Amino acid sequence: MSQYESVFAASNRVALATIVVKEIRRFTRIWVQTLLPPAITMTLYFVIFGNLVGRSISDMGGYSYMQFIVPGLIMMAVITNSYANVVSSFFGAKFQRSIEEMLVAPVPHATILAGFVLGGVARGLLVAVIVTLVSLFFTQLSLHNVFVMVYSVLITAILFSLGGFINAVFAKTFDDVSLVPTFILTPLTYLGGVFYSMDVLSPFWQSVSLLNPIVYMVNAFRYGVLGHSDVNVFLSLLVMTVFTAGAYVVAYKLLKSGTGMRE
Amino acid sequence: MTAALQLSGVSKTYNSGVRALDNLDLTVEPGDFFALLGPNGAGKSTTIGIVSSLVKKTHGSVSIFEFDLDKDLTEAKRQLGVVPQEFNFGQFEKVIDILATQGGYYGLPRKRAYDQAEKYLHQLGLWDKRNEQARLLSGGMKRRLMVARALVHEPRLLILDEPTAGVDIELRRSMWDYLTKLNQQGTTIILTTHYLEEAESLCRNIAIIDHGRVVENTSMRSLLSKLQQETFVLDLDKAIGTTPQLDSYAFKLASSQSLEVEIKRGQHLNEVFAMLSQQGIQVLSMRNKTNRLEELFVRLVEKNLNEGASA
Repeated sequence: MSQYESVFAASNRVALATIVVKEIRRFTRIWVQTLLPPAITMTLYFVIFGNLVGRSISDMGGYSYMQFIVPGLIMMAVITNSYANVVSSFFGAKFQRSIEEMLVAPVPHATILAGFVLGGVARGLLVAVIVTLVSLFFTQLSLHNVFVMVYSVLITAILFSLGGFINAVFAKTFDDVSLVPTFILTPLTYLGGVFYSMDVLSPFWQSVSLLNPIVYMVNAFRYGVLGHSDVNVFLSLLVMTVFTAGAYVVAYKLLKSGTGMRE
Repeated sequence: MTAALQLSGVSKTYNSGVRALDNLDLTVEPGDFFALLGPNGAGKSTTIGIVSSLVKKTHGSVSIFEFDLDKDLTEAKRQLGVVPQEFNFGQFEKVIDILATQGGYYGLPRKRAYDQAEKYLHQLGLWDKRNEQARLLSGGMKRRLMVARALVHEPRLLILDEPTAGVDIELRRSMWDYLTKLNQQGTTIILTTHYLEEAESLCRNIAIIDHGRVVENTSMRSLLSKLQQETFVLDLDKAIGTTPQLDSYAFKLASSQSLEVEIKRGQHLNEVFAMLSQQGIQVLSMRNKTNRLEELFVRLVEKNLNEGASA
């Protein structure tokens, strides 16, 4: 194997840093479209669901409704922003054909993929910080398990960045970019235990909910913050890791085969 | 000597069934300024796509300097800079960032990448535009931006696909001067263009491809020497009423003050001038009626078309 083929070769580290910087520059340049909306949306969620509606809801899982929904809303922001960043950036690069800049250059496929994913993770985490800061105006947050909290938010950001990448590879129009978030991601997130504990569901719907991977992410993160989870935390971390590994393999193979980019 | 570019038996059939390249062989020597010509759909862009690894070949082998695309893709890519026909940079990126980012893809550390970007933005006259978004540049500036971007890692082989399309005459000529200098400094250049005057004045060697095959691959000089007949336009000092009659030369009155004369191989213009002088006709200036390469190109492509039709 040539030294250049290793993702860890010096030139590839430079290429990776270049892609990540470019990605961060992109979403910070258009911060009004990328960073401001989640701050406003989440403020509305906190005000309406947490304060106004939440006042008439009794404790959930042993916590006030506001405390209960904050971890879920942070996770929801991470999911949507990681996904949106990579799907729009990679599809935009395909659409403008600037992806050819990378494909012509000696940048390994793994480096290209890692660069886009890290860009998505960076936006996801930055939005998570923003939403967390906003939430502190409404409630107090504790820190139950740092490892579980950090691991679950990180692996979720990676997973949905990979998801955005796969979506962008297949997308041929701007409609294709918004189909998955609208018709799959949003319903799965709303039904993923962000706003309610699974205890309020009938046994049948509890079982159905377990098929939704977002349930595991939200609950793992909630465990990291509050110490409460509706599902086994170890199982949650395992599910997230397995899904992420699977998504990586799919995304890498698509990029390597040039699907949607090279004929 | 290792070829700058070697294509051996390269074929490409697209998923649609279109056979764009058919067992194409092509060699470009190091230091050459090489023209790759052909009518639309001949396979030029597919050839460039394969060399730049944006198109997957169906058969054959490609090597850039000594590096085989199948065995040592990374090193092969390092030798190559490509200026594509269509703008393919991020329209919302700043000009300097586009170049520095490209340098980063080639492993240039940030400081070096920005130094290289500065160097080539100065050379291509874009330094004043360094902080503009690329979409705000004029067409000619965008072309120069793509040339600067292709050079930022200092490739040994530069491929330009229609680099002067849509560029005004002044800019085109400054681009020619720039490319000539670059070639003199040792960069091998392959050029595709529809301006045959451009290929004739810049390139030393030429390949004409049609229907995915090389129909001519020779030096520009030897190709032009194949021209059996040229038509010149002579501008006269005063109007003449009738076409001069000279033995063995076919004249045609193009206008009252200009003549067209066909010169076959072996005939001499001196003879024409002498005979015209004897008749009291003075020639002020002279030019080719059509570009010489253009005449040859059209004939070669027509010949190939006729052979294809009769096969």
